[in-house]
Amino acid sequence: MSAREETLARARANRPVAAGSVPRDYRTTAPADVDLIELLVDRLVDYRATVRRCALAAVPGVVAELLGDDSAAVVPSGVPDEWLSAYPGKVLRDEPPLAVADLDAPGVAVLTGCAVAVAQTGTIILDTGPGQGRRALTLVPDHHLCVLPAEQVVYGLPEALARLAAPTRPLTLVSGPSATSDIELDRVEGVHGPRRLDVVITDRLE
Amino acid sequence: MNAYGTGNITAREPFPVAARHELGDAQLRANLRRATHTIRDKRLRVVEELPDWEQLRRAGAAIKDDVLRRLPELLETFEAAAAAAGATVHWARDAQEACRLVTGLVEAAGVTEVVKVKSMATQEIGLNEALASAGVDAVETDLAELIVQLADDTPSHILVPAIHYNRRQIRELFAARMPGVDVDTLTDDPAALAEAARRHLRARFLSAQVAVSGANFAVADSGTLVVVESEGNGRMCLTLPPTLISIVGIEKIVPTFADLEVFLQLLPRSSTGEPMNPYTSMWTGVTPGDGPQTVHIVLVDNGRTATLGDEVGRQALRCIRCSACLNVCPVYERVGGHAYGSVYPGPIGAILSPQLTGPDGAANRTLPFASTLCGACFDACPVRIDIPEVLVHLRQRGVDARRGRPSAQRAGFQSLAWVMRDRKRYATALRAARRGGAPLRMAASRRGTLRRLPWPLSAWTASRDLPVPPKQTFREWWDKHVSP
Repeated sequence: MSAREETLARARANRPVAAGSVPRDYRTTAPADVDLIELLVDRLVDYRATVRRCALAAVPGVVAELLGDDSAAVVPSGVPDEWLSAYPGKVLRDEPPLAVADLDAPGVAVLTGCAVAVAQTGTIILDTGPGQGRRALTLVPDHHLCVLPAEQVVYGLPEALARLAAPTRPLTLVSGPSATSDIELDRVEGVHGPRRLDVVITDRLE
Repeated sequence: MNAYGTGNITAREPFPVAARHELGDAQLRANLRRATHTIRDKRLRVVEELPDWEQLRRAGAAIKDDVLRRLPELLETFEAAAAAAGATVHWARDAQEACRLVTGLVEAAGVTEVVKVKSMATQEIGLNEALASAGVDAVETDLAELIVQLADDTPSHILVPAIHYNRRQIRELFAARMPGVDVDTLTDDPAALAEAARRHLRARFLSAQVAVSGANFAVADSGTLVVVESEGNGRMCLTLPPTLISIVGIEKIVPTFADLEVFLQLLPRSSTGEPMNPYTSMWTGVTPGDGPQTVHIVLVDNGRTATLGDEVGRQALRCIRCSACLNVCPVYERVGGHAYGSVYPGPIGAILSPQLTGPDGAANRTLPFASTLCGACFDACPVRIDIPEVLVHLRQRGVDARRGRPSAQRAGFQSLAWVMRDRKRYATALRAARRGGAPLRMAASRRGTLRRLPWPLSAWTASRDLPVPPKQTFREWWDKHVSP
């Protein structure tokens, strides 16, 4: 018998018989009195991300200011050109795909949107859709700047996962900058992922 | 082939022997106490934030129980979905078979170095050792795993394998053993140590050709794998090398993508005590132009289907490896992870390791006794594994299995049972014990207990104090004072 057949046969022989149901009475919607944006900002600040709120029209100025220390910005396709209209540095488009060494160069940041953001946990979900690009783009550069409109913010994880258009695309859930708790279980920011995470939350798109 | 598991899940010496050795290390106990108390306080704070925590726990337990009932079908569904998405799915009955498979895949890729994401499954099957004997260097990229690997030590905690080291010890280790580190400027500040690890591993991430990972969850209906992490080393390994090999225990299955909404709330809060861990990656087979273009998944049994056959013990298969039970356990806090012998330490290890290896798992039958049965582990468990219930069940199973053999303890308890079955015999025995015990009172401590008895009774007092019989029994007191 193959390993596959033997494992499946043993699982069939040994499994429990009694049927049971799964209670789903946990929270799947936002409580009535919660300000989603305020909650998201609070969480992100807690993770030591930098957060800005601004009107849509003010995005180019805020982006230019936040990218002030970076000499080049990686931009996946789908990011509106006007977001970078006030940025004086070099703009690197991923077409054709950039080499990993280009992404790893000092002074390189990445500017993206996201698929959905979770207020309760301060989480930004990237699904490689428009304005997000392939996974390496948001991983290798040391500075990630994410611009998201207010309507992309939901309360909890159940709403966020349900909102994803294609869950079989590669997904990355980002909650603050890279961190570790491996030394005496104290959290310190900054290991392998981007050590600086900035989030710009804009007004609702009309 | 044996239905039970093999690999690094077997205690080589009985728990009391190993524990005695570990208890001699005062620095170890200080490090553990500090770390476990930090994390348990954080966990309590973030759990209290969620008014629906109990509902989430019940849902998590019920989903996992449903998985155990439908395991064969869900595994087949997962296999088909992952294969349709471009992954190659392999099966392994035990640790040796899994190691052979992975070594073959690495050799076929023609490399002598792989980068690794922290994974309990690969620790369990002893993959690093197997790869080393085939001339392949497995580079651990999680900070704590890197510390353990540099120290040539073994992990002592599920989440934080280097929990037994403090910052000063880690600084000394990096200074002595990390190639290229600047000894003069390296401090013991955790941020400086993390920076050293970043520099040490950066080039390896960018040049690695093969990565090896585990998975926290495997979604049956989509064939998706999930890795939950903090540092970004996981994302590096899962994204940059062209070949990815993931080793997944068969109990990691969840039925649907939507079920992750429960576990991604339960796991981070229970594990690191954060509302959410910094990074979670999900991938489904191969995505053209993004990440590894060759993806292998190795599904490992290694004693899990055998564990499934035990009606009480199978709940251990719900475990999502959060390590909350370790952090609240009074026994773990004092002895640390190495005393349990297996890569699964603490309360969950005490019920998982002996079940995976079966009755012939060397000293594993002593593990269910490594507990005070205080119940803190059950309260902390995000999938409601009643660990004390399983501990008692396994103790009983162990005793039952050895009933035929002579034992001084059993003979003692059998005589005691005979005495206690009859009221007169019991009263007579108590009187005799009191008289016989009178001279012992001279040797007793201030608390009225004896620390050490001569052989063979020393077996009893090796880990317990023996109370000296009181001057008067309750019945005697009653006769004198209450019933005239």
